[in-house]
Amino acid sequence: MSVRVRVPTPLRKFTQGSDEVDANGATVSAMLDDLEQNHPGIKERIMDENGKVRRFVNVYVNGDDIRFLKNVDTALKDGDSISIVPAIAGGM
Amino acid sequence: MSFVQGLKCRECKREYPIAPLHVCEDCFGPLEVEYDYDGIRQSVSREKIASRAHNLWRYRELLPIEEEPRVGLYSGFTPLIRARRLGEALGVEEIYLKDDSVNHPTFSYKDRVVSVAISKAIEFGYETVSCASTGNLANSVSAHAASAGLNCYVFIPEGLEEGKIVGSAIYGPRTIAIKGTYDDVNRLCSEIGDKYQWAFVNVNLRPYYSEGAKTHAFEVAEQLGWKLPRHIVVGSAGGTILPKLAKGFKELREVGLVGRDEPCSIYSAQAAGCSPIIDALKKGTDVVDPVKPNTIATSIAIGNPADGYYVIQAVKESGGWGENVTDDEILDGIKLLASTEGIFTEPAGGTEIAVTRKLIEQGRIPRDESIVVSITGNGYKTIETVAHIIDRPYSIDAALGTFDALYDELSQGSSEKARAG
Repeated sequence: MSVRVRVPTPLRKFTQGSDEVDANGATVSAMLDDLEQNHPGIKERIMDENGKVRRFVNVYVNGDDIRFLKNVDTALKDGDSISIVPAIAGGM
Repeated sequence: MSFVQGLKCRECKREYPIAPLHVCEDCFGPLEVEYDYDGIRQSVSREKIASRAHNLWRYRELLPIEEEPRVGLYSGFTPLIRARRLGEALGVEEIYLKDDSVNHPTFSYKDRVVSVAISKAIEFGYETVSCASTGNLANSVSAHAASAGLNCYVFIPEGLEEGKIVGSAIYGPRTIAIKGTYDDVNRLCSEIGDKYQWAFVNVNLRPYYSEGAKTHAFEVAEQLGWKLPRHIVVGSAGGTILPKLAKGFKELREVGLVGRDEPCSIYSAQAAGCSPIIDALKKGTDVVDPVKPNTIATSIAIGNPADGYYVIQAVKESGGWGENVTDDEILDGIKLLASTEGIFTEPAGGTEIAVTRKLIEQGRIPRDESIVVSITGNGYKTIETVAHIIDRPYSIDAALGTFDALYDELSQGSSEKARAG
């Protein structure tokens, strides 16, 4: 599965400054492994040592938070759009 | 002079210079402003603060600006009201309302954080300011941007109350309504903020913005005669204000403005239709699972609270707790506050009142200790929410006899016949 990944500013040093890169993988987890192959160092910024997405990182597949889907086991299909977004304050 | 030392990641402690940055490059943890507290302790005093104007800048040693404040010269220093009739209704001895529903200029606690953020945006040289908002923040950013002559884009979820929409639009920003919830607005704004060189007050200026929330705590302490309340209840949406109240109280102890050992337990209030933080608190975890919001309390309808983790930490460290209440309880809270104290708050404030009542009834908050309830927003912005629970006007002809007849009916309690609409 080839998907498009939007890269937030803090991670662009791993993607030679690109704000969008392509990646492959049948699931979010596999896609992150693939991302790591091509952009070494990026995965540990997104996931902790236990393979869980870090507390202050949100990952979206086509705009849906993966915590409402199957988390890192969420299946991907060709052309999906992935966003990696730091948590943001707001409200009230 | 400024006592700001720099930014520091709350998680991994990496340090950064003062810049429009909000996320640690290493661990994505939020960045926090660091101060020279020894310097502040030597410079600040109760007398010095008392000599200054009644606005939030009277605590400027503990705020992250370098130059003179540019906006918010009338923001903050909202009333702290001894609420005797509410206290009677709730069966408690000493309860106060910190009434940010009358904050200047846009009637919510947001005028605090925005005053700091926009002053900082001007220091950084930005010409366009922006925000992701559930309504009140957009109102405040729009107003402050107008007064500072800045360009302004505000992003809100579709379907907000008319008062919140007009309450931004009148100041002339570009208002963008996103088809989705606040959490969708948030995600988009993070991506827009990455692409456009704007001052997003709650994205790239978040470390400065959130510091403004401390002034709510500073004022409570000063207005109580430089004492902390034993208990304080405040709503949680994204989770900015509660940890900042904790930080504010801690700083007051640190710089000697209140006693070093003064305790203050902090309680979080959420709507049952959107209570990811309270759910986690009750489950005994600090992992806040996101929810899809479904509540009339739109201003606190955030299913994925960025600072939820820190709310739970601050609540626990302070010996506090939290509760959630249904939409009906929220409406009752609005009515109770209006009928006992003459204050009209929005559903977020109704939540704060209703949760306070619940915590008192549960025995979590003792009836004989001092309590402050933060009222964070104004009911005149959300009138459609309460339209169905108020008495409509009695519509009559301009004739004394007609009124006499109506009065007789009202006096006897059978008032329904003459009521209009």
